[in-house]
Amino acid sequence: MNTVTVVGASLAGLYAARELRAQGFDGRLVMVGAEPYLPYDRPPLSKSFLTATATTAVTDASTITALDAATPTVTDRATGTAAHPPYASAPEDHLALTDPEEIADLAAEWLLGTRATGLDQRGRAVLLDDGRTVVTDGVVVATGASARRLPGPQPAGVHTLRTLADARALRADLTCGPRRVVVIGGGFIGAETASSCVALGHDVTVVEAAPLPLLPQLGPDMALFCADLHRKGGARLLTGTGVAGLHRMAPASASGVADPGTPRLGPSNRAPSSPSGISDRPDPSDRPDLSGHVTAVELSDGRVLPADVVVVGIGAVPNTSWLSGTSLTVSDGVLCDGGCVTSLAQVVAVGDVARVDGVRAEHWTSATEQPRVAVRNLLAARTVEPVAALPYFWSDQYGSRIQFAGHRLADATVRIAEGSPDDGGFLALYEHAGRVTAALAVDCPRPFMRARRELRVRQATAA
Amino acid sequence: MIPVCRLEDLPAGESVRLDTTPPVAVFNADGALYAVDDTCSHQDASLSEGWLEGCLVECPLHAASFDLRTGEPTCLPARRPVRTHRVSVVDGTIHVHLTDPTVTPVPASAPLTAAASLSAPASLAASGSSAGRAPMTGEGSAA
Ligand SMILES: Cc1cc2nc3c(=O)[nH]c(=O)nc-3n(C[C@H](O)[C@H](O)[C@H](O)COP(=O)(O)OP(=O)(O)OC[C@H]3O[C@@H](n4cnc5c(N)ncnc54)[C@H](O)[C@@H]3O)c2cc1C
Ligand code: FES
Repeated sequence: MNTVTVVGASLAGLYAARELRAQGFDGRLVMVGAEPYLPYDRPPLSKSFLTATATTAVTDASTITALDAATPTVTDRATGTAAHPPYASAPEDHLALTDPEEIADLAAEWLLGTRATGLDQRGRAVLLDDGRTVVTDGVVVATGASARRLPGPQPAGVHTLRTLADARALRADLTCGPRRVVVIGGGFIGAETASSCVALGHDVTVVEAAPLPLLPQLGPDMALFCADLHRKGGARLLTGTGVAGLHRMAPASASGVADPGTPRLGPSNRAPSSPSGISDRPDPSDRPDLSGHVTAVELSDGRVLPADVVVVGIGAVPNTSWLSGTSLTVSDGVLCDGGCVTSLAQVVAVGDVARVDGVRAEHWTSATEQPRVAVRNLLAARTVEPVAALPYFWSDQYGSRIQFAGHRLADATVRIAEGSPDDGGFLALYEHAGRVTAALAVDCPRPFMRARRELRVRQATAA
Repeated sequence: MIPVCRLEDLPAGESVRLDTTPPVAVFNADGALYAVDDTCSHQDASLSEGWLEGCLVECPLHAASFDLRTGEPTCLPARRPVRTHRVSVVDGTIHVHLTDPTVTPVPASAPLTAAASLSAPASLAASGSSAGRAPMTGEGSAA
């Protein structure tokens, strides 16, 4: 293999680049990334990044860091010359996943701010949005996922949270005094964002369409526990109701007065609800003027929640559109075998975009663990090793750290093995047919580590 | 010099967290005492709650591992060391000698920072400091 192209220059893409070099690939390595940044870490975006005080916020221009100086192979697409990516220092420095020394060691060509728009039938050429083509022998698909949006245009004050740009915009909206914040979706990102907003002193309401947030991930008992975290933490949680539409100010020309009479998806023309309770029909009043700021969220039960800031946390969609027209099978992610190999032996997929052996994990740890195996199989030109990782994720909410590992089976029972949910930390074990298949801990790191190790050993011996 | 606890109150395999600024974690790794900054150099997790194996501690959040003798990470996602601090035992009480927080740790590749061994009283005053302090002060005593 002479050239390997990694498409998606974030967590999984960086780990793939590291593995390529560590496993002896010394050919041409091309990193294509749609965002204009070197790889950065997303989990802090809903946590410490939002709560970092405004005084530590800095403007891009004043903060060229070491990351830029030593990245001579980062190409500016406009000029074709070496560029300084707009990577800000503190508080954003701590988001950097790599450093100048490593960038130099990887000896890759970084095409940042450049989007792949296509892959040829045999996976031998990656097409770029600037018209160029990278001819390649191997491809690592690491394009991750994008935040799902509400249908229709997004009024000012309405945010999703996936990228650094999203997080900066949201943080800017949260630093102008106390706000009424409505978070749509009670999943992990919604819950963490709500928690951060409460910590910043805002008035926070979380709207969840299901009877309880996190029900599919955690099961009823633990989902109930997490729902209580909102209440104890100082946020309102409304469950079992979807969102009918958003109210917004009349366009700026109409003197900025709230225009409460026109929810964008009114009761009369409300689209049928999707399972998430979010209508996915296009906005019928698709107005070109987006300047009107959001004023309220209208729920499907008719209630209207006044809002200055709305955060939409209704999941993520894998970034696969650039693969349409190839022979790769795409179905909520790129289908791969257990070793991250797609239907083309020289194309592997890793991270949030990959459906590995039927499962698409959207966890940080999967994105860091899959690349070793994927790269091994890519360099071997066939699947010589499957991924054996045990699913793991964590979440920080209202001062509590939640950690989960393993597979929760639908009719598992939950046993508290350590501590108590009523005070302080605890470890809960999910049992199915007499066997522990998953563990969840809240502020109980040591016992959780032991349980996670045991699960890993059990999985290895069962395999 | 900060008193930590009685030697017998920190059995092998155990750790304790000191509420200093920044907090410090003290470990008894199979009979050798070590102290390092408690907060993982990767993100926000407490190493005193980590998994101890030999003289390595694994971070409870993303499983970076640190060599307690040097503070250096042995695997990703951590890429920077944690500061080490000198430990001594005086009259059966464990003490930590905080490394000057303004000193940036130097990668301690040379094994000049031998660990304290509980079975060898003379070497108890181990130094993990990479700031050039003398590793021994002679104040250690396991008795
Ligand atoms: C706010 C937030 C908080 C999170 N918190 C946690 C947590 O606490 N615990 C946990 O386990 N996980 C958490 N996650 C999930 C974790 O961040 C993801 O699993 C991880 O980022 C996946 O990495 P990835 O590289 O596969 O994809 P991504 O990080 O999505 O990166 C994909 C990259 O590919 C680029 N790209 C997309 N399409 C193209 C294209 N056509 N051409 C070129 N480049 C393209 C994108 O711009 C992006 O930079 C969180 C995620 C978010 C957003
Ligand atoms: S916080 Fe320790 S490894 Fe991430």
